Amino acid sequence: MMKFLSRFFGIFRKRSNLKIGFYGPPNAGKTSLANLLCMDWTGEEIGSVSEVPHETRKVQFKEKVEIEHKGKKMVLKIVDTPGIATKIDYEDFLEFGIAKQDAKKRAKEATQGIIEAIKWLDDMDAVVIVLDSAENPYSQVNLTIIGNLLARKIPVLVVANKIDLRKANVKKIEVAFPEYPVVGISAKKATNMNEFYDALFKLTKKV
Amino acid sequence: MKKNKKIKGLSIHIMPYSEIRELTITERVKKILSLILGNRVVILQGRLRPEEEIRLIEDTMAMVDHIKTFKGIELAVVDASRDEEGFFLKMRRGIARGLTGESNSLTVIGPASVVKEIKKDPSKIEVFFG
Repeated sequence: MMKFLSRFFGIFRKRSNLKIGFYGPPNAGKTSLANLLCMDWTGEEIGSVSEVPHETRKVQFKEKVEIEHKGKKMVLKIVDTPGIATKIDYEDFLEFGIAKQDAKKRAKEATQGIIEAIKWLDDMDAVVIVLDSAENPYSQVNLTIIGNLLARKIPVLVVANKIDLRKANVKKIEVAFPEYPVVGISAKKATNMNEFYDALFKLTKKV
Repeated sequence: MKKNKKIKGLSIHIMPYSEIRELTITERVKKILSLILGNRVVILQGRLRPEEEIRLIEDTMAMVDHIKTFKGIELAVVDASRDEEGFFLKMRRGIARGLTGESNSLTVIGPASVVKEIKKDPSKIEVFFG
């Protein structure tokens, strides 16, 4: 009986504060989307955004984000992670007008952020993979992240962000990842957020 | 401003899967990274498991953090077998096998200073040196 109660309340506790990770390559709009969610439901942003890659260099989270959609409620812990990349060159940041010393510091922090993001993978209940719909979805980083989530049996929702861009191609992302739900949105313009929330509620049911 | 560096010599290491079959995950990643640090492009017969790929990225970042001239890697996997199956079935087959060296995949891993970009489509791969 005790075992049953413990399991019952364990499930209840887990479902009431699910950890949802936002993963993906740099500059795909993970923080923009996480900010949109957090602003809508807590009135506070989770982090700063920038056109310079690797703006998010530490895992940042917002606890107890209570989301209500179409009469349903859920409470999430939103975990926004640094973009995962296979190379970091401080010289890339110089092109954005960042001073050399700051660029070197940014590169160092970015490498540590990637390591931290990878370590957090095991802790996630479900993951939202945020991709830039104007970029090629077949990059090995995307495939490696998804492969790891598949191996760990972590439910995934793919978000094709930046559909406001002329080169955006959501269909290409759907073709690349046919076994996962794909939602096209623009976090910048808050487009298609109803569809995103529908998909997010479905995602948490899979946990 | 970035300097344009010419490649003085390109060294490619063709690695049969048998070369890493008996190694642990740590040893595999260490072996690959030591070749990359020697400025070699590694072409591995087969592919690494997802946890090995992510470990390779993790260890690469640790090295970028510690070795001044090292900028990271470019990585791509091409699977020549049954293209119509798509990524998921291939990945699932790979995971189910535990070891993926027996597959028809090829993995290209190169230092970012030598391999500028690897463009990948499901059916082809283009490696740009620079």
